[in-house]
Amino acid sequence: MSAPTAVAPSSTQELQEAVCACPQLAVRGGGSKPGLGPEQPAPVTLDLRRLSGLLEYDPGEFTFTARAGTPLKTVAATLAEHGQYLPFDPPWVDQGATLGGTVAAGLSGSGRYRYGGVRDFLLGVRFVDGQGRLVQGGGRVVKNAAGFDLPKLLVGSLGRLGVLAEVTFKVFPQPEQYTTLRLPQPSLDAALATLATLARSSFDLEALEWVEEEGRPVLYLRQGGLAAPLAERQAALRAWLGGGEPLAAADEARFWQDARELAWVPAGSLCAKVPLRLEQVAALDALLSTCGAPRRYCAGAAWAWVAWPAAAAELHRALSQLQLGGLLLKGQAPSPLLGLRSAPTLAARIKRVLDPFNRFPPL
Amino acid sequence: MAQTDLLDELAQWIPPERLLRQPAQLVPYESDALTAFRSRPAAVLLAATQEEVVQAVRFCHRAAIPFVARGSGTSLSGGSLPVQDGLVIALNRLNRILHLDPAQRIAVVEPGVINLAVSRAAAPYGLYYAPDPSSQQICTIGGNVAFNSGGAHCLKYGMTANHVLGLKVVLPDGEVVELGGASLEGVGPDWTGFFVGSEGLFGIALEITLRLLPKPALYRTVLAAYDSLEAAGDAVASIVAAGLLPGAMEIMDALAIEAAEAAVQAGYPRDAAALLIVELEGEPRQVEAEFAQLLQVVDRSHPRTLSVAKDDADRARIWKGRKSAFSAVGRLSPDYLVQDGVVPRSKLGAALAAIEQMSRRHALRVANVFHAGDGNLHPLILYDGRVDGELERAETLAGEILQLCIELGGSITGEHGVGVEKRQYMAALFAETDLAVMAELRRALDPGELANRGKMFPDGEAPALRAQGPHPLERLGLLSRE
Repeated sequence: MSAPTAVAPSSTQELQEAVCACPQLAVRGGGSKPGLGPEQPAPVTLDLRRLSGLLEYDPGEFTFTARAGTPLKTVAATLAEHGQYLPFDPPWVDQGATLGGTVAAGLSGSGRYRYGGVRDFLLGVRFVDGQGRLVQGGGRVVKNAAGFDLPKLLVGSLGRLGVLAEVTFKVFPQPEQYTTLRLPQPSLDAALATLATLARSSFDLEALEWVEEEGRPVLYLRQGGLAAPLAERQAALRAWLGGGEPLAAADEARFWQDARELAWVPAGSLCAKVPLRLEQVAALDALLSTCGAPRRYCAGAAWAWVAWPAAAAELHRALSQLQLGGLLLKGQAPSPLLGLRSAPTLAARIKRVLDPFNRFPPL
Repeated sequence: MAQTDLLDELAQWIPPERLLRQPAQLVPYESDALTAFRSRPAAVLLAATQEEVVQAVRFCHRAAIPFVARGSGTSLSGGSLPVQDGLVIALNRLNRILHLDPAQRIAVVEPGVINLAVSRAAAPYGLYYAPDPSSQQICTIGGNVAFNSGGAHCLKYGMTANHVLGLKVVLPDGEVVELGGASLEGVGPDWTGFFVGSEGLFGIALEITLRLLPKPALYRTVLAAYDSLEAAGDAVASIVAAGLLPGAMEIMDALAIEAAEAAVQAGYPRDAAALLIVELEGEPRQVEAEFAQLLQVVDRSHPRTLSVAKDDADRARIWKGRKSAFSAVGRLSPDYLVQDGVVPRSKLGAALAAIEQMSRRHALRVANVFHAGDGNLHPLILYDGRVDGELERAETLAGEILQLCIELGGSITGEHGVGVEKRQYMAALFAETDLAVMAELRRALDPGELANRGKMFPDGEAPALRAQGPHPLERLGLLSRE
């Protein structure tokens, strides 16, 4: 077998040709999520970093279309010039994550609490399937119900159903200012109770993060909006909670910046995402605590980021036992999908349509 | 074996009062809210349990009988139009809310649950279900899921797909699969999102896990009247440009205002050329600050009049006028077609001007009621089906509007779906390869193309187009259109 090679197409046509030319290949973007790649390097790696750049952005439309290899950092900077942002707050911006990789991994960040995740902001895709066909799904307008929702099918498809070439997103105006309350909790049960009460309250939180600090849960509640009423809004939230200390502005920005970069994950550690329901938090937390695994619960504990200190196979086993599914983002495993699988028979049927020759790694 | 003999097999395990086979029983099911199409099924099964739905789908798969799932029949794209001599599986009796978890902010419901019933059940917990199609008092969640329904409040929180977290589905070959779950997040392909909006072609949803939202603490609803549609459209553009994110932004034209006033006395200014409704929602202090900004922006757009809802009753009245506008406009004419196209928001003005020209050219009145914030147009084309050729002219005009939406970079449907009505325009919106891949995906799940055959894809068998007047239920005031 020859040594693995990299191919870096710089146009959609080159991308199609590359897919047709390679019987087996894997896709990479910025390399921020190495866990998504196959365990054994594919003979050919399709490097999408040259397929980069915004193709269309009219700030008045609050939508943009970009090539899939465009770094999130570039997008965020361009949007910020017009007071706009990606509300689903994708992770690893500074580590070079791309739009395509974010969609393929199906990743959102802490900010998804307010308006929704990557699935909710993706409007359209163009992708190359396993037969080298360039396929378009969705569109470029904010509301669209025509045809099957291929954009959502590609969210979380892990480069196993097709290679993204272009993506169209809707965006929102960025809140003028943010403020955050730090709220220590006496116990895990108390933290869960606070989350449940907050869920029914009408406070509009931008993010709600649960951090383990010295063995105790601490909640971080972020508010955002117009600058003028923000201090009063925070005071109201604080009164309602019966406590909480406001973070200083510089700490506030740094806290969420670090959350976005998962800066707390130890270097070289495995990192996985584990979606959760509230009632599943206690069992997972017990396991992670026993194993000494650093973790954070995001967006009101909609999922956990887990820094796993042991082998991926052990995390796979543990999640299976807990009837949980997970996604390995850093580290190596036979499949990045850990634990419980969703709809395996449906997945196999769809895979046969889009990748009949198994050019991409198995789903 | 003839279809009727095959259906005898169904009759062995479905009691006759729930397996309708007599012509008189079948008439109400011959069409949905797109009354221009009509087609008689061989039978209608009034399913009582999920298991019956699964068994019926398996039976259809074995016997190669096409089937159509149906809720309240409010589809405006002919989405639940029966297949001639096929089976209709009516889901209204599967109307249980199985589980409501306020801490997780979810409701698990059966497909026959009425849209508004979800918000009613969630209200005691301070929660609600956001998507609000105008037919929300009658349309079902199953239909909302199949057609990815929208409503007036999609601007901030999206369409049905953005509010469905999990599904239990019977695929067209009878396999039952669970997709997604109760969490906001998942891993692997978003199967739930892929199923929503598949127009019944991927099978029937048996259980739907919906995301609920906390009820906003405060609403501010503004009503501004303008001397031209263009001025109202410009106001929308400047509200967006100011960085405001209202929950809803709606525009109605003079014809729609007049009709809505006559029907429900919403208190709209009758002499305006256009009416803009803007609604802010959220935390009181934030909303009040946004409201001050909004008033400044709207004031600069030179409205003829500007008013603000004083209380909940006032707000409800404003929305009642908007939500009844379609059926109200319908009263001005023996028949009407509702269109549902989308254009980029910056092209709204150009689109409205072009529609006005088309209306003149075809000598047919067109009323405009639309979700301005989303660029989602709903031109209502008024015609008289008894006049020779008027229906055909209305159809031509409707087609020209869709073509215009495509040319402006938009879509042929924002929230009503493709159904029977718009399938011939799919080829203009999508390339041949796109449609081929979609067809392959469909056949991977339904090799016999039995589930809701004849919808979405351009080459399906077409029932005859006939002028029918309003649906029998609409005449009784039980069904309304948006």
